[in-house]
Amino acid sequence: MPDRQIFHSVKLDRDKCRGCTTCIKHCPTEAIRVRRGRAQIISERCIDCGICIRVCPHKAKKAECDPPERLGDYKHKVALPAPSLYAQFRNLDGADRVLAGLLRIGFDAVWEVSRGAELISEATRRALAEGSRPRPAISSACPAVVRLICIRFPALIPNVIDLIAPFEAAAIAARREAAEKTGLRPEEIGVFFITPCPAKVTAARNPLLLDRPVADGCLSMTEVYKRLLPVLKDIKDPPPLARSGAEGIGWARSGGETSALAPDRKLYVDGIENVISVLESVEDGSLSEVDFIELNACNQGCIGGCLTVENPYIARENLAGLLRGRKGSAAPAKPEPFAPASLRGAKKLEYEPIYEIVGDRAEAMEKYARIEELRKELPGLDCGSCGAPSCRALAEDIVLGKASEDDCIFRFREKMGGGAMANPDEFLPPPFRREEKE
Amino acid sequence: MPEVRLSYDIDGDDFSSAGEASVAMKKALRQMGIEPETIRRCSVCMYEGEMNAVIHAGGGRAEVLVSPERIKITIEDDGPGIADVEAAMREGYSTAPPRVRELGFGAGMGLPNMKRCSDELDIETAAGRGTKITMIVRL
Ligand SMILES: Nc1ncnc2c1ncn2[C@@H]1O[C@H](COP(=O)(O)OP(=O)(O)OP(=O)(O)O)[C@@H](O)[C@H]1O
Ligand code: SF4
Ligand SMILES: [Mg+2]
Repeated sequence: MPDRQIFHSVKLDRDKCRGCTTCIKHCPTEAIRVRRGRAQIISERCIDCGICIRVCPHKAKKAECDPPERLGDYKHKVALPAPSLYAQFRNLDGADRVLAGLLRIGFDAVWEVSRGAELISEATRRALAEGSRPRPAISSACPAVVRLICIRFPALIPNVIDLIAPFEAAAIAARREAAEKTGLRPEEIGVFFITPCPAKVTAARNPLLLDRPVADGCLSMTEVYKRLLPVLKDIKDPPPLARSGAEGIGWARSGGETSALAPDRKLYVDGIENVISVLESVEDGSLSEVDFIELNACNQGCIGGCLTVENPYIARENLAGLLRGRKGSAAPAKPEPFAPASLRGAKKLEYEPIYEIVGDRAEAMEKYARIEELRKELPGLDCGSCGAPSCRALAEDIVLGKASEDDCIFRFREKMGGGAMANPDEFLPPPFRREEKE
Repeated sequence: MPEVRLSYDIDGDDFSSAGEASVAMKKALRQMGIEPETIRRCSVCMYEGEMNAVIHAGGGRAEVLVSPERIKITIEDDGPGIADVEAAMREGYSTAPPRVRELGFGAGMGLPNMKRCSDELDIETAAGRGTKITMIVRL
C-alpha cells in the first residue's frame, strides 16, 4: 500500500468551527465527522476537492497555500499562473497585462501554465494515437479526480493517462529556462504556482505521478488577485509576454482540454457528483464507446476552483472574451520542444484501499453483515446529530469501533426511556415528533 | 462459513435509477476487500442485468450472495421472458424497440457482456413466465 497522504491543503480552523453538520453531508468521500463540537477530516479519505470550504457557513474550512513571503527565499522568482487567473478579470485586453502585472508585484519572470497545458495536449494526442490503454482514456489533469479514482475506482487506474499536470510541466520547463538565462543554480530559483484550488496545492506537495515536488510553492489565486488588481490598470501597453495560445488558455474551463483533441467520441464532465456518476458508468462498461473523458471536480472546471474570485459562469464568459480575441487575443503558439518522456509520470498510480474493512475476507464479510444489520435497525433519518453523514456511515463507524451505538440519540432514548417515558415524543425536536404538540 | 446477502429492487418505472443496484453493490464489495478487477466484472454483470430488467421486463429484483469463494448475482423479473435464449445470447441480437434504441441501448451486447464477465451464467426463462439470470464470479 502506498504511503497514506499526510499533508492536505484543506484544513479546519478550529476556532471558527461551530460543530454544525453541514460539511459532513456534502463531502463526496464521507471524510468528515463531527466530534466534541468540531469537524474532523479523516486524512486518508480527503481528496482536497474543496466542497467543504464552499459549503461551510462559518468559513471554518480553509485551503492552506504558501505565504507570499516565501518568495523572499529565492534570488530569482518565477510565477506560473494557471490560465484560470486571466478569467478573474472582466474586459481584460489580453494575458499580457496580467503577466506584466505579475512582474510588478514581485516576480522576476513568468512561465504560463497554459504553455504547460499545450505540451500536455500534444502528449495526450500522442498517447491516444498509441491506443494501448483501455477505453475510455481518462485525463489526469484534475488531482482531486485522480485521488478519487485511486480510492474509489481502482479498476479504472489503467484508463488514466499517466501524464504529469500542466503546472508540473511548466515548473520543470520554467526552472530550466531560468537557470539557463540567469546562470543561477536551480535551488536559487523559486518557481511558484498560482493555484485556483487546494487539490493542486496538495498535489504539488505530494505529486501524484512524480517522485518529488517540482514547484517550490503554491500561492492562492485570491491572494495574487488582490495584489494584481491595483497595478493592472496602470500598465500602459504591456509587452508581449504571453506565448501560449487559445488551446492552453482554454484549459481553464471544463471542455478546454477536450477541445484540443481529435477523437469525436469524447466527453467532458464537471462537478464532483457528475464526475462520480460518469466514473460509475465507465466501471459498469456502459461508456466503452467513448475514447476520452475530461473530468473536473469543480463546476465549470478550474475557473470554479474555491480559490478563485469570480463567479465561475462570469469567469467562463471573461475567458470566452479573451479567447475570441475580441479584446485582443493571446498570440497563437506552437508547443515548444520538450522531451516527451519527461511528461510521462515517473511513478504509477496505486489503489489506496481506504474503504476496505481491515482483516481477512471472512472477517471483513462478517463485519459487513453486521454493518448491514445495524443500518436496518437505525432510524434512517440521516439527521447528522451523531456526527456521521448518514445512518449507514454511523453503522460502519460503530462496527469498526469508531463510534458507539449511543451516539444515535434515538437509539439512546429507546435504551434509556423505553416504557418508562410517558410520552414518546418528549424531548424530541419538531421534525422527529410523531404528533404535533398542543 | 460467512455469507453476505445484499438485495435490491429494480424499479421498472424509473429509467434514471437503473444502475443504482450496481453502485450499491460495488460499494459493499469494496468494503469487503474484493479485488478491483473482480468488482468491475460484477458491476458489468449487475448493470447489464438491471438494464435488461428495466428495458425488457418492467423492473425486477436483484440479489447478491457473497461468500469467501464466490459472488453470486441473481436478477429476476416477472416480465415477458425470453423466447429464444440461444439467439438472445448472440452479440448484436436485440428486440429493443426504437424508443429504447434512441436512448443508446439495444446494441445486443448486454447478455454477451454478462457472459464474458462471469465464470458461470445460467438463464431460467420461458415466454410469459419471467426471467431469472444467475451469474457466478469466482474469487
Ligand atoms: N430480462 C429480460 N426479459 C425479457 N427479454 C430479455 C431480458 N433480457 C434480455 N432479453 C432479450 O434478450 C435480448 C438480448 O439482450 P441483450 O442484453 O444482450 O441486448 P439488449 O438489451 O437488446 O441491448 P443492450 O444490452 O446492448 O443495450 C434482448 O433484446 C431481449 O429480447
Ligand atoms: S476537501 Fe472535499 S474530500 Fe476533503 S474533507 Fe472537504 S469535502 Fe471532503
Ligand atoms: Mg441489455
